[in-house]
Amino acid sequence: MAKPMHPTPNLDQLESGPWPSFVTGLKRLAKDKDYVVDILGHLEHSYQTRKGYWKGGTVGVRGYGGGIIPRFTEIKDAEGKPVFKDAAEFHTIRVMPPPGMHYNTATLRQFCDIWEKHGSGLIALHGQSGDIMFQGATTENVQKAFDEINDMGFDLGGAGPAVRTSMSCVGASRCEQSCYDEAKAHREVLNTFLDDIHRPALPYKFKFKFSGCPNDCMNSIQRSDMAVIGTWRDNIRTDEALAKKWFAKHGMNELVNDVVARCPTKAIQIKEIKDIRKTDNISSVAVNDTQALEIDNKDCVRCMHCINVMTGALATGTDKGATILMGGKRTLKIGDLMGTVVVPFLPLKTDEDYEKLVELGQKTIDFFAENALEHERTGEMIERIGLVNFLEGIEVDIDANMVSTPRMNPYVNTIGWDDEVARINAKKAAA
Amino acid sequence: MNAPTPAAPLRKAIESGVPDNKPHLHPTLLKNYGNWKYHDRPRPGVLHHVSHTGDEIWTVRAGTQRQMDVYTIRKLCDIADQFAEGFVRFTIRSNIEFMVADQKKVDPMIAELEKNGFPVGGTGNSVSMVSHTQGWLHCDIPGTDASGVVKSMMDELYNEFKTEEMPNRVHMSTSCCEINCGGQADIAIIIQHTKPPKINHDLVANVCERPTVVARCPVAAIRPALVNGKPSLEVDEKKCICCGACYPPCPPMQINDPEHSKLAIWVGGKNSNARGKPTFMKMVASGLPNNAPRWPEVNAVVGNILRTYKADARPWERLADWIDRIGWPRFFEKTGLPFTKYLIDDWRGSRANLNASTHIRF
Repeated sequence: MAKPMHPTPNLDQLESGPWPSFVTGLKRLAKDKDYVVDILGHLEHSYQTRKGYWKGGTVGVRGYGGGIIPRFTEIKDAEGKPVFKDAAEFHTIRVMPPPGMHYNTATLRQFCDIWEKHGSGLIALHGQSGDIMFQGATTENVQKAFDEINDMGFDLGGAGPAVRTSMSCVGASRCEQSCYDEAKAHREVLNTFLDDIHRPALPYKFKFKFSGCPNDCMNSIQRSDMAVIGTWRDNIRTDEALAKKWFAKHGMNELVNDVVARCPTKAIQIKEIKDIRKTDNISSVAVNDTQALEIDNKDCVRCMHCINVMTGALATGTDKGATILMGGKRTLKIGDLMGTVVVPFLPLKTDEDYEKLVELGQKTIDFFAENALEHERTGEMIERIGLVNFLEGIEVDIDANMVSTPRMNPYVNTIGWDDEVARINAKKAAA
Repeated sequence: MNAPTPAAPLRKAIESGVPDNKPHLHPTLLKNYGNWKYHDRPRPGVLHHVSHTGDEIWTVRAGTQRQMDVYTIRKLCDIADQFAEGFVRFTIRSNIEFMVADQKKVDPMIAELEKNGFPVGGTGNSVSMVSHTQGWLHCDIPGTDASGVVKSMMDELYNEFKTEEMPNRVHMSTSCCEINCGGQADIAIIIQHTKPPKINHDLVANVCERPTVVARCPVAAIRPALVNGKPSLEVDEKKCICCGACYPPCPPMQINDPEHSKLAIWVGGKNSNARGKPTFMKMVASGLPNNAPRWPEVNAVVGNILRTYKADARPWERLADWIDRIGWPRFFEKTGLPFTKYLIDDWRGSRANLNASTHIRF
């Protein structure tokens, strides 16, 4: 039995209502832990005063420079002593999950046992960077908990100016839209940078994210410095049985309004079966006895919409790989930046393909480490130095897929134009 | 006399990195890895995937509170052991998924989850769980809480989580400062400070690396100064945009304020490439009070936007697609939200956000 609870009139109001309540969970932990009794008191104080009361500091595990998020209370009495003394330290241990966030229950139960023994018993699945967050341990217990978690085969994630923990979608393990082995890419890339994850020494954070298709379930384009998004180069595959089944259920109005009309590049048409073009770039599938969908794959931008609506009837191609975009981040400091195309297509089939992905990551991190200013993200660096300089630095050739439009102003000296044309022609001739 | 016990050698960390996913995959997922053919949704909260070999798997998705006590996690493990061969996974929005190879187990498992308070849903065109941050529970710079805001909101959106009645999927996020760790979303709730930082000049010299703080300011409003004989910093309050960027590197520049740290609502973020290109979200409301423990004013605005979208958007239109069709003036008209001068962008590159055409819907 733990000590008596502090009154928590605000938090009590978060126990009603149908959604699972974290407060109810904390109260259950507080039955046996003085630590959590004081955590609830601490949080209630924030609710009453509408302010936060944790400050950072320096807590780590042996051999690593990051991965622990230290928190010390700032709710002190007149003598400077913590008011909630059992919760004076409330550190989080960030641990990298398996790709796709799959777990066998034996692993989760072992996490629970370790964290019940050494920590608060509160685990967040997962943080916004993808970490398993073991929330709440004293400085003394951080190393003990880490040792046991580490013995299970799990390792700390990133914090500070480091390569951060990554995320990959459910992907090949359960999704027909997967265009590469997301888990393999995730592990091979991240495990190349363990030193940069565990010992923060970059100009600022660097995030990789892995999505298996352009639906980008990992939100990589907006939230990662290097986004690996699956795509394909050949034709959309079709399945007549599934297409007819879909049409029988949904009918012509939905086919027209929800599929054909929503294609962003008007690549899809409905035609009489006899009028379907028979050229190399055409995918087609009958939806009834007389009509069929015709897709011109040269016009298709692989947006996924029609495949999302008619799952299985339409499917990604087989010449698969990824588009790599770089420089995504949220506001601070210069404003939001989307990742932009750096490699339009990188095949991801063979081990050598995956090695090329790792090499690209290495070149990018090397260039970032050398050239970014302190606290400057990759996207901000690209904005400062220009895409062309960045591409030269990571040894990637320019491509018209990298721009929405060519230049819209004349403020450039084009004196090297002829040399550049000659260089491109020579390269084409050699290929 | 006994010799002193030699100290045990200190354990060295094993830098094992990202663990292999294979030991954590349900056997049917492992067997059909990379070989799935299509999926459908037999009911809200359930996905049914079929592989090229003909194997089938049913996935049951349930909402969690994300910040989970060990008893909750063990209960979820019990359910997984009983119905789902002992495997689970989590989505990016902290929903838990159970994979079931036997269709007959789907309904009993749903019953067991609901009996234990875990709502089944969050698939397809539903409102999924709000992705969120740490807030007052653990963050060192929070303007508000996270888990509490989300709990309040999901209580109200409970039925929208459990049904698939929205035009398309709705992703939401909350963030307790403008860094926006919650991320881009169809609807996002983010702290918006309205007063410049209050500086504790006694502490700046000892706590802050002053040139770093000066460099963080997006509008160059901070400069070194000597205050009461101590090296400190001062803020040009006319220039200050109250973003709070100076606060993480320099906690004595207190930006959080119980009254003046407000909440803003943003809409139309979309990371998927489906249909249009990905979009960033746009601010549509601000000045909402940080009204713990249940934030009713925020819930009212979010509920209103969702109801309007639900009634007016066409199938497959995400919030951004819907606004693209009806136009921003009608968005403000239909939701009744005031369009104020603060919603006209004046940050760098902002002229691209002005209407350079005569395209106007009357």
